Amino acid sequence: MTAAPSSAPLNSAGVAPGDLVELLLRLGDSSLILAQRLGEWIGHAPAIEEDLALSNTALDLVGQARAFLTYAGELEGRGRDEDALAFLRDTREYRNLLLVEQPNGDFGVTIVRQCLFDLFQRELFAALSSSADARLAHIARKALTETAYHVQYSRGWVVRLGDGTDESHRRVQQALDDLWRFTGEMFTADAVEQRLEVAGVLPCLSGLRPAWLAAVDEMLREATLTRPADGFFHTGGKQGHHGEGLGRMLAEMQFLQRAYPGASW
Amino acid sequence: MTPHDIEQRAWAALQSVPDPELPLLTVIDLGIIRHVRATASGGVSVGVAPTYLGCPATTVIEQSVGDALRAEGFPEVQLQTVLDPPWTTDWMTDDGRRKLRELGIVPPDRPASRGMQAAACPQCGSPQTSLVSAFGSTPCKALLRCDSCLEPFERFKCL
Repeated sequence: MTAAPSSAPLNSAGVAPGDLVELLLRLGDSSLILAQRLGEWIGHAPAIEEDLALSNTALDLVGQARAFLTYAGELEGRGRDEDALAFLRDTREYRNLLLVEQPNGDFGVTIVRQCLFDLFQRELFAALSSSADARLAHIARKALTETAYHVQYSRGWVVRLGDGTDESHRRVQQALDDLWRFTGEMFTADAVEQRLEVAGVLPCLSGLRPAWLAAVDEMLREATLTRPADGFFHTGGKQGHHGEGLGRMLAEMQFLQRAYPGASW
Repeated sequence: MTPHDIEQRAWAALQSVPDPELPLLTVIDLGIIRHVRATASGGVSVGVAPTYLGCPATTVIEQSVGDALRAEGFPEVQLQTVLDPPWTTDWMTDDGRRKLRELGIVPPDRPASRGMQAAACPQCGSPQTSLVSAFGSTPCKALLRCDSCLEPFERFKCL
């Protein structure tokens, strides 16, 4: 979706509805795609407790996605509800961060990906709690209470694995090195986000990075892990440019609604 | 009937609406009914706070609330989802906490200290317990085990 034309009516926060819809899709899609990735672990996690934890976290993320996508659909006014947005959009229409679509890898990769995202969500939702858009602020405040719990879980595992055996340390360090290049996108605002920042709907994304980095560093110290050097950061997920893995994931996630439109139970 | 009478009758009807996951507890015990207001047409408008955003029981709860009020004879029932302020386990009533203990589930701390907390064993009272899993059979519970009597038990997560 492109930005709304300047003639579009502005809402109470003084932003074009098209911009707000775009933001809501980005927020909802990141939660939804990560939830689907976590769901791939069901029945395969290293232990039943981790199976429960990953699927419960996924459920919370689906809840976030529902709230964001329902709001996006209502604001968009094209008759698309949360299900239409989740199941009937193609890869290029998805607006999730590249980090969350990365394949699960081993448990170490999954937990490092989770922790980097949980710590980001904690900063983002805390800041969005005072968004100029009241409904967005309400969703963020609600989600924040659940995100705090996710952080405890994923952070706990990064520390245990990092400060664990030589093998576990090696694997989570490798996961961190591999995933770091996808973290820059979380703090990079494009024109849409910059307009929302100015309107007070979205916090300054680059301004969230110092607190996130401090939390990451504190965790890595405990975990005896080394933060990778900042290098090239991949971006584009929020604009619909994704890796090839997302298409395969959507094919599985959307199969039923694509094959049997409107099917319900 | 005055609006006040209507609201009192609605609150009374909601006293018998169970939580689908823990049927001994009512929606009132959980503290998720945020407001009940009489409408101009003699119906009621009810605000329901979701416990967890993704809790699958939310839809069932809203249906049961609507059904109970229609069965009570209200011509019109409006349901609103209230996200803010976010639901906290602090809103669970003393009755709700007592019922949880009867079920062998440790009630949430009040005020809620966020995150995963220790809890004394509901069977033998020993403070020596271990967290088995931070997540449980429903979004609102965690699994623990008593190190003294070795019994496993559930604990309502503090939110």
